[in-house]
Amino acid sequence: MPEPAVRVLAALRRYAGRWGLYVALVALPAYYGIHDLTHGYQAGFQAGHPVVRHDLTQLGFNLVEGLSNGAIWALIAMGYTLVYGIIELINFAHGDVFMIGSFVAVGLWGTLGLGLATGPVGLIAGLLLTLLVCMAVCGSLNVLIERVAYRPLRNAPKLAPLITAVGCSFILQNVGLLWLGSSPQGVNDLIRENDTVFQISGVIVHRADVLALGVMIPLVIALTWFITNTRQGRAMRATAQDPEAARLMGINVNTTISLTFLLGGMLAGAAGLVYALYETTVWYFQGFEAGLIAFTAAVMGGIGNVRGAVLGGLIIGCIQELSDSRLGPQWTEAVVFGYLILVMVLRPRGLLGEETREAG
Amino acid sequence: MNELIAQLTEWRAALIARRDALARRVPWWSRALATALIGIGIILPFFFSQDSGFMGATIVALAYVVMALGLNVVVGFAGLLDLGYVAFYALGAYSVGWFGSDFFFNAHTHVLVSALTSHEAGIHFNFVLILVCAVVITSVAGMLIGLPTLRLRSDYIAIVTLAFGEIIGVVATNGTSIHLGGGETLTAGNNGIPALDLPYFPGIGSFNLLQLRPWYWLIFTIMLLVLFINLRLRDSRLGRAWIALREDEVAAVSMGVPLVRTKLMAYAIGATFGGMSGVFLGAFDTTVSADQFQFSFSIFVLAMIIVGGLGSIWGAVLGALLLSYINYYLIPDVLNGLPHDLGLNFSLTQLSFGIFGFLLVLVMVLRPQGLFPERRRRLELTAAIAAEDAQLVEAQE
Repeated sequence: MPEPAVRVLAALRRYAGRWGLYVALVALPAYYGIHDLTHGYQAGFQAGHPVVRHDLTQLGFNLVEGLSNGAIWALIAMGYTLVYGIIELINFAHGDVFMIGSFVAVGLWGTLGLGLATGPVGLIAGLLLTLLVCMAVCGSLNVLIERVAYRPLRNAPKLAPLITAVGCSFILQNVGLLWLGSSPQGVNDLIRENDTVFQISGVIVHRADVLALGVMIPLVIALTWFITNTRQGRAMRATAQDPEAARLMGINVNTTISLTFLLGGMLAGAAGLVYALYETTVWYFQGFEAGLIAFTAAVMGGIGNVRGAVLGGLIIGCIQELSDSRLGPQWTEAVVFGYLILVMVLRPRGLLGEETREAG
Repeated sequence: MNELIAQLTEWRAALIARRDALARRVPWWSRALATALIGIGIILPFFFSQDSGFMGATIVALAYVVMALGLNVVVGFAGLLDLGYVAFYALGAYSVGWFGSDFFFNAHTHVLVSALTSHEAGIHFNFVLILVCAVVITSVAGMLIGLPTLRLRSDYIAIVTLAFGEIIGVVATNGTSIHLGGGETLTAGNNGIPALDLPYFPGIGSFNLLQLRPWYWLIFTIMLLVLFINLRLRDSRLGRAWIALREDEVAAVSMGVPLVRTKLMAYAIGATFGGMSGVFLGAFDTTVSADQFQFSFSIFVLAMIIVGGLGSIWGAVLGALLLSYINYYLIPDVLNGLPHDLGLNFSLTQLSFGIFGFLLVLVMVLRPQGLFPERRRRLELTAAIAAEDAQLVEAQE
């Protein structure tokens, strides 16, 4: 190839590496925004005629829904990223721990007698109690799984714990199958999720959106604070960087790893409760699908990186929502994974960079 | 005369040396064992009735052995964690759907098929020809999937291959809305492409689903072929290049191993075997439907090679046989009757994948290195332990 062509190609590649990802991420909302403005979209019927509007309200609505949906993925993705950061294991059972969280929430509502007729005070108290129980149950479950299935394999070949993770995932799915049956179960819409809370220039924000973000944001802040400011959090970061050196410095590596699984499980439990309220259906296979999406989110953000997991979750939520409402839900999975491949090609370490041993 | 004797003695010595060298490479018991196993493999179907559940399970198990051998090339030899292997199963099975049924009803092409099918519409190729088509399609697809992963390290490769596997699954499901013109679509989605051609060989005739023995011999032949290729590949220049890349990419590249070509060859060859097995399974199921191509399939095959012992050919064979017998014979045919025999009134079908998961955990916890670890890796493991012991002794002194 002649010299100038080579130089142009190299420059193109450099720019693609730096900006390509942002272009790709903005492309989808930008395209549909321009499409809405120029071609308009159908916003319901009035007097038998379709109402066509030319504004960005629908796009805004998609993005709000996407963010709140993504908040659930973010909660699950943090569990993946914490575990991967510390023992470099793709914890396939994590999605199913989240599913168990949803089931515990639904079961507990039945026990507590929470229903559509419950008053607001009772409802809030009940939901807070459910949140705590879900987090406790899922946290302990995750610790138990680590103790039984991953710890004995600490020094085994790297892929061995991957298979025990799959085994645990199957066992939990089977528990879910026996618990609530093989078809999706409808759940009482306790919070009347489709009630409008407020509007920003025509974009409606539902109760479900407020709930999802309202649970996710405090938990993310608490987790970040814990990791950066407490002694245990420092131990976690040290173990993630170099378990051997951490052990020599007097850190109990096994306890620290258990703590990581506890935190990841608690976040998954919270996500389980939010999911049950948000989607108002639960079934035993939800954990598998959510796990796949959340793991994708963790990788997209840069695995091992907590802020990256949150960002990845929110972005994937938005991509899903846009694809659901514009292309049709049957293509959503392909769109999400297509984006994932783009991210991996354009920025192999994820959006915010990975924080693992190999990345140094 | 003396000269002649000297010359003959020399030749004789050379011949003996050569024979000994050969024998050292392949000891007699190994060859005897191989011959005995192949012999047992050939006569095995005569001990079971043509339509028994065990026969069906064995045929499927052998197809999975081919799958596992293919994935073992990618994950075991080259160390590229592939979680989207289902893509090649799908492409193989769809090869039968496309080139061995009346799915493309506007076409009217027949190559070496039975007299019965030669009047039907659609594309009808001979089974061997479909295999060749699938090999071409899957090896190209394998390289395409491999391309974006070249710069990535292991777990990212896993997620990108997983993404491709899922995308192919989604395209298969929604293939009904991808129109090829003339009312034809790409796939039949979840309804499935029905009535695939049964394998037909001139001189032997057409297979049927009531007599399972020919199916068995067919997949046994494919399995032997793939096994042989695998054994030869492992000891070839390419195989050593894969292992070098797996162990240390930087060192391997600096020693002159071509990175791109070697990795792409691993993807292509692994994909090819998956496609061949997919063709067979598609024909054996006589239908190809999009809901067969789930992520759990990739995990199932991966579990086989890890349970068997990653990178070990015999481990892959053993792991594939073990897990497919557990899944297709032990759980449905044997264990299901157990509660009833014990006088209990419940069915185990509800528990099938829980049992499967439990067995996976059990095998891995009891034997983390796999049932039949690769020789090289076993050496590494024991060598590391010996080194550690030496250090401990030193420290104590």
